[in-house]
Amino acid sequence: MSLERNMRCVYARAYVRILGANRELSWVFFDTFLPLLGVAAFVYIYKATTQDPEVLNTLLTRVILGGSMAAFWMNVLWGMGANFYYEKENGNLELFLMAPTSRMALLLGMAIGGLFNTTFRAISTVLLGSVIFGVSFALTSPLQLLAVFFLTLLALYGLGILFASLFLMYGREAWHISNLLQEPIFLLSGFYFPVRFLGFYVVTIASFIPLTLGLDAMNQILGGRYALEWGLLPVGTEIGILAILSILFVLMAKYALAYMEERGRREGSLVLKFQ
Amino acid sequence: MGYAIETRDLTRVFRSSAEVVALDRATIQVREGELFGVLGPNGAGKTTLIKILCTLLLPTSGKAFVGGWDVEGEPQKIREVINMVSGGEVSGYGLLTVRENLWLFSQLYGIPGGEARDRIGDLLKVVGLEARADTKVNRISSGERQKMNLCRGLVTDPKILFLDEPTLGLDVNASRAIRCYVKSWLAERPGRTILLTTHYMHEAEELCDRVAIIDRGKVLACDTPSALKRRVEGEASFRLEVALTDLGLEEMGQLPGVRWFFREDKPERGVTEMRFILEDEAVIPSIITRLVEKKVRVLHLSKTEPTLEDTFVKIVGKTI
Ligand SMILES: Nc1ncnc2c1ncn2[C@@H]1O[C@H](COP(=O)(O)OP(=O)(O)OP(=O)(O)O)[C@@H](O)[C@H]1O
Ligand SMILES: [Mg+2]
Repeated sequence: MSLERNMRCVYARAYVRILGANRELSWVFFDTFLPLLGVAAFVYIYKATTQDPEVLNTLLTRVILGGSMAAFWMNVLWGMGANFYYEKENGNLELFLMAPTSRMALLLGMAIGGLFNTTFRAISTVLLGSVIFGVSFALTSPLQLLAVFFLTLLALYGLGILFASLFLMYGREAWHISNLLQEPIFLLSGFYFPVRFLGFYVVTIASFIPLTLGLDAMNQILGGRYALEWGLLPVGTEIGILAILSILFVLMAKYALAYMEERGRREGSLVLKFQ
Repeated sequence: MGYAIETRDLTRVFRSSAEVVALDRATIQVREGELFGVLGPNGAGKTTLIKILCTLLLPTSGKAFVGGWDVEGEPQKIREVINMVSGGEVSGYGLLTVRENLWLFSQLYGIPGGEARDRIGDLLKVVGLEARADTKVNRISSGERQKMNLCRGLVTDPKILFLDEPTLGLDVNASRAIRCYVKSWLAERPGRTILLTTHYMHEAEELCDRVAIIDRGKVLACDTPSALKRRVEGEASFRLEVALTDLGLEEMGQLPGVRWFFREDKPERGVTEMRFILEDEAVIPSIITRLVEKKVRVLHLSKTEPTLEDTFVKIVGKTI
């Protein structure tokens, strides 16, 4: 019974999220078009400064992958992390928390809905970007690519659920934290350049953000010879670490969520609005 | 037999800049099948009580049981049998239609798809929202929204339903309609229980089997509306109309024997209306004399039946 209820909850939350997000078509346009602008800036810088076409192709692969994965990062921050904050402001949080469904099911539904919408946008960035800027991918192992992609997303959305639970306690601060995290991660995770150039210590810390290793691995799989040379760790190792991170984040999220809810009930912060 | 809802010395303290005691050793017992009212002025602790019973807030001390389960230890059990609708509630997703919103919330309770659709259709029909079923929620009026919220609360067919000021801000017709559905919903479903909070005396009087009067977190009285009214029976309640005046009349409340005084100007009718609760009728001459001295023209004097409001005033010491 309770499994069926949770499944229904996941499905309904995801369905409604997809429905809502695609109802205003202007957003679809902005979400596919605007990321390309960010990508374009880096593409032209690399084109202006890089002579070797093979090096250039590796760099552009990175930029396009970064541009498309950026959509997921934004979704995790704003769609997942700040989600409970929005729901609180919208008056839905109480209704969700009063319901007998598991909170993980709600967030999982949210994640699936967000993933669906964002994947569409990410793919459009890859396709449009590679056509417009003439990038060719040297796909070495489709299987590895799929594994990396799914593990990265699993870990990333696990992190998203963790954020959501941490932000459950906070009001507007949650929004500020999301804002605060957005840009630095673009840099730290090496969205637009091989992350190795940041140096060992920074990269070690950055590796806790699943995008860092995910992007690096995808770049190695798609970016040709130089990408392999600039890679952080062997792809297999990166896949292993990503798998550990996914489990870690999902477990942490589960406990954090229960803890924060309990604390919210005690302190009365679940029922506050406009704080 | 256990109670559908029971609180024992329920206390909730909020610590923000100052310490607020929102509920102060409140004890109530609601029987299964009852429509139980909680009546109190702003800030009395009504919403706090509901939030605790809905498992959204923990008590600071004391106990609360819903459906026999402890709000602290077994919130999950409680959540399966309750639902809550609050009057001022703005919830749901503006971009989704009324029907889609209701469907989403029904799914959180695991109601099978077809059954949910049927129930939603039926409920929308009952509240007269059928025509708006496929309208986006950001386009509907607040009255329609309130009806939708009521449907949200009813669609899960809760055993125990909490209504926090369900007619807040609605016009006379919409309020009446909502009261009507609530009443018939309970009548058609034996064994269901409703706890409703309200500001409105007539609402409590019309709907509730029993009413608890609370003020500043304390339960001051709890009884049937008629028993509560009987508490003021010995007292005299009067309505006095005088020609519209802008004189200050506060002193009327200070006259000996006056328990309570309320003044309301009604310029559209050219009258100032005063209401009194008196220790006994013998006080009337002194009121009239005082008004004549002030050159206020007395138009009409009538005795009124005791109302719940009179009881409320007597118990709480002020009007709601
Ligand atoms: N989350 C909170 N944090 C701090 N104080 C709170 C919180 N919720 C309620 N209060 C305070 O507790 C007291 C009781 O509030 P409550 O909302 O229960 O009253 P109410 O009877 O529902 O009033 P109203 O008729 O205005 O809805 C008020 O003084 C209010 O300011
Ligand atoms: Mg209230």
